[in-house]
Amino acid sequence: MLEAIVFYTLAVFTLGFGVLVITARNTVHSVLFLVANFLCVAVLYVALAAEFLAVIQVLVYAGGIVVLYLFVVMLVNLKAIPEARVDPRRRSRLGFVLAAALLAEVSAILVYAGSRSPMAPAPGAPATPAPGNTETVGWLLYTDYLVPFEVASVLLLVAMIGAILLARKQEA
Amino acid sequence: MVETYLVPLLKIAVLLNAVLVAVTYMVLLERKVIAWVQVRLGPMRVGPYGVLQPIADALKLMLKEDITPARADRFVFTLAPIVSMVPALIAFAVIPFDDEVTLFGYKLSLVVADVNVGLLYVVATTSISVYGIILAGYASNSKFPLLAGLRASAQLISYEVAVTMMLVSIVVTAGTLSMVGIVKAQLDAHLWFVFIQPVAFVILFIGGLAETNRAPFDLPEAEQELTGGFHTEYSGMRFALFFLAEYANMIVVSAVATTLFFGGWLRPFPNVAPLAFLDLVPGWIWFLMKTFVFLYIFIWIRATLPRYRYDQLMRLGWKVLIPLAIANLVVSGILKVLL
Repeated sequence: MLEAIVFYTLAVFTLGFGVLVITARNTVHSVLFLVANFLCVAVLYVALAAEFLAVIQVLVYAGGIVVLYLFVVMLVNLKAIPEARVDPRRRSRLGFVLAAALLAEVSAILVYAGSRSPMAPAPGAPATPAPGNTETVGWLLYTDYLVPFEVASVLLLVAMIGAILLARKQEA
Repeated sequence: MVETYLVPLLKIAVLLNAVLVAVTYMVLLERKVIAWVQVRLGPMRVGPYGVLQPIADALKLMLKEDITPARADRFVFTLAPIVSMVPALIAFAVIPFDDEVTLFGYKLSLVVADVNVGLLYVVATTSISVYGIILAGYASNSKFPLLAGLRASAQLISYEVAVTMMLVSIVVTAGTLSMVGIVKAQLDAHLWFVFIQPVAFVILFIGGLAETNRAPFDLPEAEQELTGGFHTEYSGMRFALFFLAEYANMIVVSAVATTLFFGGWLRPFPNVAPLAFLDLVPGWIWFLMKTFVFLYIFIWIRATLPRYRYDQLMRLGWKVLIPLAIANLVVSGILKVLL
């Protein structure tokens, strides 16, 4: 009961902040709502007893990536946003396709979730959560998911080198 | 019911009040110590030797007029001081002040939440605290605060990388992320971690100075260049919140350094039997004494060292501290596997 109350309250806040992110006229406000949204998601993780994921969510997304967003927004666009608005109909075709795809996805998930018995655990999930999910995450990353993990780290390295190359001043 | 709600709530209430009192008295201590260094007396008027000065200051700040600049972004302007104060306070939740103590026949652990990601939690709260500074700079809609805000956040992000890397080597040494676990690991290791990881301690301390925007890294508040820093446009209690947040962050850094490197609540040389008489002093007093020494060093450094130039500061962060932290991490990993 308590869990349900916590979950639905958080869900309302998460979605509400999500809506505010795209409706806010001021870009900095929009970024701030994004932070609030990330923090709500982090609390959801805590409610799921995934403390490690929650803290990483705050550390990486709220504390790292969005700070960089904020930097960019503040440096690029310090003045109020021009009021020029694109005619909404111009984007309507693409928007329709995207909305239809999202609807299909959500209904597929609902149908799939409805077809399973409600209490069955997800396939492959351990019967009881291991104590201390930090160890579990680390163990899985370095055993079962070693290849994706290494591929991701190489990808990050490539992105980093690319960023340095782009940012470096041209040799005269 | 009592166990799950009442006890934690009481702990939080006591801790928050203690921290806020400590923060206000830190201000007095700083003024006094710097005055002594400069052969002055410091505050002497309010109460004997000025001990009631913090109360007078608090009253003054609360009664002062609170001005919001006309062109400021009101929403963010109000939010910024709150955002800088809250992370400093919630970081205390995972700091253990003592082992389990028995109070009125009831076993009580002197930590609000001994979560198994305690260290990461501290890092996450400090990474959030940068928002207060950036937002204050932005919302003031004024050039100097904006420049100071950008400086401060660049500084914070740079030094956070080094400090986080360094914390990883502590985790490698201790084998746990829990703050209580790290103190207990020092008991098992028969040594404070400062003797095992001296380089890491130096990096944490320099990074801590930089992250709390303290001298010699107090560039965001360089009066000569930026009039007052990111809080130039703030007045009254909102200004006070920034001020208090800085001191609260100092206490957090000191408490974290004590926990990670100086054995938290453990007495010096925790496993040497002839020193057992030191156990007569309760653990939390040891903890507070060690934390106080750090706070004193913070003030001492401010009174002693001149300010860094901005490019020197960035060079120190990226070209010295981060490579050193990575090297330290690699070496501790190799040693951990070999030994």
